[in-house]
Amino acid sequence: MTSDLPTMTPVTHSHSVVENGNGAPWRALLRWESALVVVLIGALVFGSSESPNFLNPTNFFYIGMNMGEVAIMALPLTLVIMTGEIDLSVASMLGLSGAVMGYLFSNGWSIWLAMAAALVVGVLGGAVNGLLVAKVGLPSIAVTIGTLALFRGIAEILLAPRTVTGFPSSLTTIGVVPIPGTQIAYSAAIFLGLAVVAGIVLHATPLGRALVAIGLQPEAAQFSGIRVNRIKIWLFVLSGVVCAFAGILLTLKNASVSYDAGTGLELNVVAIVLFGGVSIFGGRGTVIGVVLAVAIVGALQQALTQMNVQPEVQNIVIGVLLLISVVIPNGGEAIRRIRDRARRHA
Amino acid sequence: MTDQRSAPPVLVLDHATKRFGAVRALEDGSITLYPGEAHALLGENGAGKSTLVKILAGVYGADSGELLIGGEPVTFNGPGASRAAGVSIIYQEPTLFPDLSVAENIFMGRQPLGVGRRIDRAAMNRAATEIFARLGVQLDPSRVARGLSVADQQIVEIAKALSFNAQVLVMDEPTAALTTVEVGRLFEVIRTLRAQGAAVLFITHRIEEAFASCQRVTIMRDGSFVRTAPIEEVTVEDIIRSMVGRDLDALFPKTPAAPGEVVLDVEHLCRDGVFYDISFQVRRGEIVALAGLVGAGRTEVARAVFGIDRRTSGTVRVRGEALPNGKPLAAMNAGVALVPEDRRQQGLVMEMSIDQNVALASLRRLRRFGLIWRSRERELATTWATRLQLRFSRMGNTVSTLSGGNQQKVVLGKWLARNPSLLIIDEPTRGIDVGTKAEVHRLLDSLVVDGLAVLMISSELLEVLGMADRVIVLREGRIAADLTRAEADEDSIMRAATGQSPAAAA
Repeated sequence: MTSDLPTMTPVTHSHSVVENGNGAPWRALLRWESALVVVLIGALVFGSSESPNFLNPTNFFYIGMNMGEVAIMALPLTLVIMTGEIDLSVASMLGLSGAVMGYLFSNGWSIWLAMAAALVVGVLGGAVNGLLVAKVGLPSIAVTIGTLALFRGIAEILLAPRTVTGFPSSLTTIGVVPIPGTQIAYSAAIFLGLAVVAGIVLHATPLGRALVAIGLQPEAAQFSGIRVNRIKIWLFVLSGVVCAFAGILLTLKNASVSYDAGTGLELNVVAIVLFGGVSIFGGRGTVIGVVLAVAIVGALQQALTQMNVQPEVQNIVIGVLLLISVVIPNGGEAIRRIRDRARRHA
Repeated sequence: MTDQRSAPPVLVLDHATKRFGAVRALEDGSITLYPGEAHALLGENGAGKSTLVKILAGVYGADSGELLIGGEPVTFNGPGASRAAGVSIIYQEPTLFPDLSVAENIFMGRQPLGVGRRIDRAAMNRAATEIFARLGVQLDPSRVARGLSVADQQIVEIAKALSFNAQVLVMDEPTAALTTVEVGRLFEVIRTLRAQGAAVLFITHRIEEAFASCQRVTIMRDGSFVRTAPIEEVTVEDIIRSMVGRDLDALFPKTPAAPGEVVLDVEHLCRDGVFYDISFQVRRGEIVALAGLVGAGRTEVARAVFGIDRRTSGTVRVRGEALPNGKPLAAMNAGVALVPEDRRQQGLVMEMSIDQNVALASLRRLRRFGLIWRSRERELATTWATRLQLRFSRMGNTVSTLSGGNQQKVVLGKWLARNPSLLIIDEPTRGIDVGTKAEVHRLLDSLVVDGLAVLMISSELLEVLGMADRVIVLREGRIAADLTRAEADEDSIMRAATGQSPAAAA
């Protein structure tokens, strides 16, 4: 896609580990994404040292299958965080979407109509978030903690204590087999396709530039004719519908759904985005960083599973890794911002 | 009047310098204050007045130079030390605790204590009343600060200063947001303070206020002391020449205007609570200035015209086309550009590169196959950087690395790149050095000659008088006067702005 655009270089505002030496050629080596590549290689080396079959293609299929839904949800969240907002309701929307789909299907709806309804619920839920943030002006962290509970609560009313099964096997097998002739899970392929789109939108279109400007300086963005509120509303809608789509994928993969599917996953999604180098303050980050973060977390999880490490310990290992990775790039920036704020109030 | 110069000076600042990185904010800060005098400090924006005040306040330490209080050399390591030495600063925007009473604000942290270390409110209110009596003002010490006018808040700050036994009161542009009556009362208070032996350093933009209230005047330019003189030995023209340091014509190049057809037509524009019934026109080839006091609604009118704020009623037409309410993008597409007042928050994305900032308002035009091409972006930025003589080291550097004047050029480039028919420019040269200032003025003049319509907002009277073809004066959200270039002078504008002359209100 980009090979016929020789003069276009991606517009990036990524973390650099070193702040000085602006524009020096070696600076590229010190970018956050380069560090992620090193970490990814480290994770693969670690994995294959623990298990000789680690680099087996089948393993990559499992990584893709396990990570698919989380990875897909990370993409719209990347765009949301770029603008300095956050959506913590992603996993609850995934759960609500599955619950809606399961509820309608078990009440005799066709599977296709049930899935379409789940997507519509995603649009509506995202619109609720977006309108409360952009039109009412509430902080997105508060709004989406609220809808985190709200969406899950609705899912519980719809479905608890049932578990719905019996989805058509022609669809459910898609979740657990690779694309024919490859070792790529369908959800992983969808993620990669969406990542390319997200990367182009974020780094090479007026909309992407607008997202960066909103994240760095919302008032200046507004004064430049960027429709800040409108863009934010649509981003939350996008997040809602993509999470609903992930909910459909998860339901099909499991061939069953209960109201609590994906509970707590929002933290994984947020952590991956931040680990990928997207600044929690907005305005900085790349899609390629998020893709690398997905790969690293997937590889590590797979390695730990093959070592028969308990899931609880896996969570601790990954949690600590993510914390460290988030502190390194954001620590300096956070201190700078606090200092600037103090100076402004002085 | 007693001859205060026979007494030793209460404060002497001698050859103080202050740098911030490569920027010399103060080259030679020198001032001498005698007890019982009101002393005006005059200079353009960026002349170093605020830096000098901050050194006196103990906010900045001088890099070199000497500060003597009562003949003794002192070093302030913070605002507390300055206050303890008897220097108090009254800022333009007072910072009171709105939910505390007036007396509590005055005695914050030093409240008189009664039995059991409880605050003795009666004693506190008595002490506050005493200070107000000394100042000759009426103010209830037990009322909460919320809802006090800016003028009353200043009085509270002055009372606070007196409660510290301040010998030197520095007032940083205290009159900028005051009405005429309030200015009169402030001058009374200053007279009372002088009679009690305090020295008052009075910083103002309005030269005539120095004549009305001060005995001596010190003028600064480009961070340096220019001269100190008794007020009766100087004229307004002397002062302006000293402040600007050159002929006015060089600073304000102005080609006689040849106004063409109407570009901007504003009718009965109203935003409830902010401004009312604003009607005016701006034509091709002319600069119309919006003048008035801080808070008169000038910036707010510009924001409503551009669509940042919604209007309550009224119409805005650009070249005959009515603009929808509250839609900046529609205004831009109709040919309006807005260079906002606050460059760092509104004009630029500080952490974005120079070329991306120039391109930010033109992204849709730069698009090809839906994508932004870095080469086209860079080309656009280079074109405008050359045309505006932008001084920069690398296009990819963030705009935060540029000086204020060059940042303003980036904002101008960003909007001129859209080839607008109307340029609204709010405080075109705020925080810009004198050299770049003249450059910006020359640029505006040449744009107007080429047929641009300009609506300029400026707090600098000299800029308004030097550049504008017509001056619309706002007072408290309404048009107080619409003056031609011939009618506009310092006197007519200030009269209309402060509401002294009913005849001027057309």
